[in-house]
Amino acid sequence: MTTTADRTGTAATAVATEKVTLARAITLGLRAALAGDPKVLLMGEDIGRLGGVFRVTDGLQAEFGPDRVVDTPLAESGIVGTAIGLAMRGYRPVCEIQFDGFVFPAFDQITTMLAKLHARSRGRITVPVVIRIPYGGGIGAVEHHSESPEVLFAHTAGLRVVTPSTPADAYTMIQEAIASPDPVIFLEPKGRYWDKAEVALTPYGTPGAGLDRARVVRSGTDLTVVAYGPTVHTALKAAQVAAEEGTSLEVIDLRTISPLDHATVVESVRGTGRCVVVHEASVSHGVGAEVAARVTEECFYELEAPVLRVGGFHTPYPPSRIEHEYLPSVDRVLDAVDRAMAH
Amino acid sequence: MTQPDLDPAIETVQLLTPEGTRVADTRYDPRVAHLDADALRRFYADMVLTRRFDTEATALQRQGELGLFTPSLGQEAAQIGSAHALAPQDFVFPAYREHGVLHVRGLDLTDVLKQFRGVDHGGWDPAEHGVHLFTLVVGAHPLHAVGYAMGLQRDGVVGTGDPQRDAGVIAYLGDGATSQGDVNEALVFAGVSDAPVVFFVQNNQWAISVPVSGQSKVPLAQRGLGFGIPTVRVDGNDVLACYAVTAEAMERARSGGGPTFVEAVTYRMGAHTTSDDPLRYRDEAEVAAWRAKDPIDRLRHYLESAGELPAGFLADLDERAEALARHVRDAVHAMVPPPAASMFDHVYATPHALVDAERAWFTDYQASFEDGGVR
Repeated sequence: MTTTADRTGTAATAVATEKVTLARAITLGLRAALAGDPKVLLMGEDIGRLGGVFRVTDGLQAEFGPDRVVDTPLAESGIVGTAIGLAMRGYRPVCEIQFDGFVFPAFDQITTMLAKLHARSRGRITVPVVIRIPYGGGIGAVEHHSESPEVLFAHTAGLRVVTPSTPADAYTMIQEAIASPDPVIFLEPKGRYWDKAEVALTPYGTPGAGLDRARVVRSGTDLTVVAYGPTVHTALKAAQVAAEEGTSLEVIDLRTISPLDHATVVESVRGTGRCVVVHEASVSHGVGAEVAARVTEECFYELEAPVLRVGGFHTPYPPSRIEHEYLPSVDRVLDAVDRAMAH
Repeated sequence: MTQPDLDPAIETVQLLTPEGTRVADTRYDPRVAHLDADALRRFYADMVLTRRFDTEATALQRQGELGLFTPSLGQEAAQIGSAHALAPQDFVFPAYREHGVLHVRGLDLTDVLKQFRGVDHGGWDPAEHGVHLFTLVVGAHPLHAVGYAMGLQRDGVVGTGDPQRDAGVIAYLGDGATSQGDVNEALVFAGVSDAPVVFFVQNNQWAISVPVSGQSKVPLAQRGLGFGIPTVRVDGNDVLACYAVTAEAMERARSGGGPTFVEAVTYRMGAHTTSDDPLRYRDEAEVAAWRAKDPIDRLRHYLESAGELPAGFLADLDERAEALARHVRDAVHAMVPPPAASMFDHVYATPHALVDAERAWFTDYQASFEDGGVR
């Protein structure tokens, strides 16, 4: 662990930094929230003594007790439904769904109840519930353990849908999600859980980059690659290869699916004139379609090529031995870049 | 050893026969001993007023003033009796026909009709009277009740021994709802966490057109037992018995004794909603048999035989009922659609770029019309 001066330089406070995995960054973010707000609760299957199947809640029940880090019965709808009731009583529950493909028993509670309570009560009820979902593939898992259901939630008004791609964002965004008065679907790119980076361990309540902003993570001039969660890593690798071939890619990490930060994307595409969107979820009816529609609407005269999409196919997520052909690879991203550059 | 409330041979608690005769019950008599004639007249008045509201709202639907209405006709005793057993600090999660409960909690019942008039999806402030909004997804809300009850546990307002402080939760649901997975999950969560919650099932015999035999092979009360939850079945048309069993169950909840499952056996005398036609699926003979067990008649017979229903009281009650009906009519007629742009309000508690952009577009679009788009 190292210590660096606060970036603002205005105060003498020192913020510890630590090199941690993305998974551990979420653990530390949860820990900061539990320590910073007595109303924060964690709920989920096997999150207590076991520390969760990915160990994201490791040690938290021992530190904060079984009333705040709750091993729930094995029932996802029950987890989300009781979290709604706890939120109505003033708590800030953070629910862990064990795997992406297991969120659907809770889908009704999330979409018909959680998403709508603030609107249908005309703002009288807030439901600050966070639903953490490890999502995405590439880890050689069995059926229902590699899916990307983000669009199903993004299509539902009332939910915020966010996904970090780095340990630093994971640490701050989980805390911002917990502090948000809105329900937040917090999608954790499980394929990147073991990526390591330095994270500044700011205390709970420290303002971050916000839950509604995309970020340009690599500047470029020829084409904008829009990615989020696990595909940011893929896009950056593709940009490296493309640079060696003489093509300059700008890479945007969306960070948030609802709302989408169209302004950042549009500004970038106005500069590059080309856009490729990359996600693991199937391309059809996906985030890429939404980005493409908005880019076409707002950058029509700047576009040099149609907006292209790279992602999963309209099939069930395939068995793991062939999942690499389903997932958007560096090669498939570069293939789309080549097609766009050919215009 | 079998605990009395975990015995599958469940008796039905009844303190008043359909003829209005008081039946002795050693367990529940103490629960109603303090109810004097004034209190019982209050019960009676509340049932009559709830029924008058029901009649008026049904008429307003027939006149095209409401899009839909969910009558509570026939279920007044279950609702009024149970609601009177609640403490002010208790919290209620209704389904969508608990008009009697809302009335007892002090809500203006016309608030209920905002939803049915189509001007609001809610209609009242849940915090004001400790009553959550209606939930139209059948069986989705008992989980919220359990979560709220788990919150009470964490707030340290369960089992303190202070009657002003200790609180509990009651969730109202119907026989059909007991088939829902969410209700069963609610029973699981309540059971393992000893949550201070009462599941008050109004078994009104019909889930729209499917009789209760289509929901369960065993009496509904036995559902609670499988979850280790103390269970009681009560004559749901007996306001005294409904009061007594709810008082006991809420006391168990508030004192830290955990959840209770109540099956109140009643009958939906009317349609499921004003869009339903029960003539298509049930016999008039069945309805007539239940009419003979009417909850209001039952208490009236009891009070009359005790000489506790003076003509002055009844005349005054008639006047109150007609005043309520007038109030309902006037209030419904005065409910105008909200501004169209209000659909963008409160979608999120914090600014959301998409909603903000769509609101701005819509506002400009409306303003682009010569009449300012006001319609």
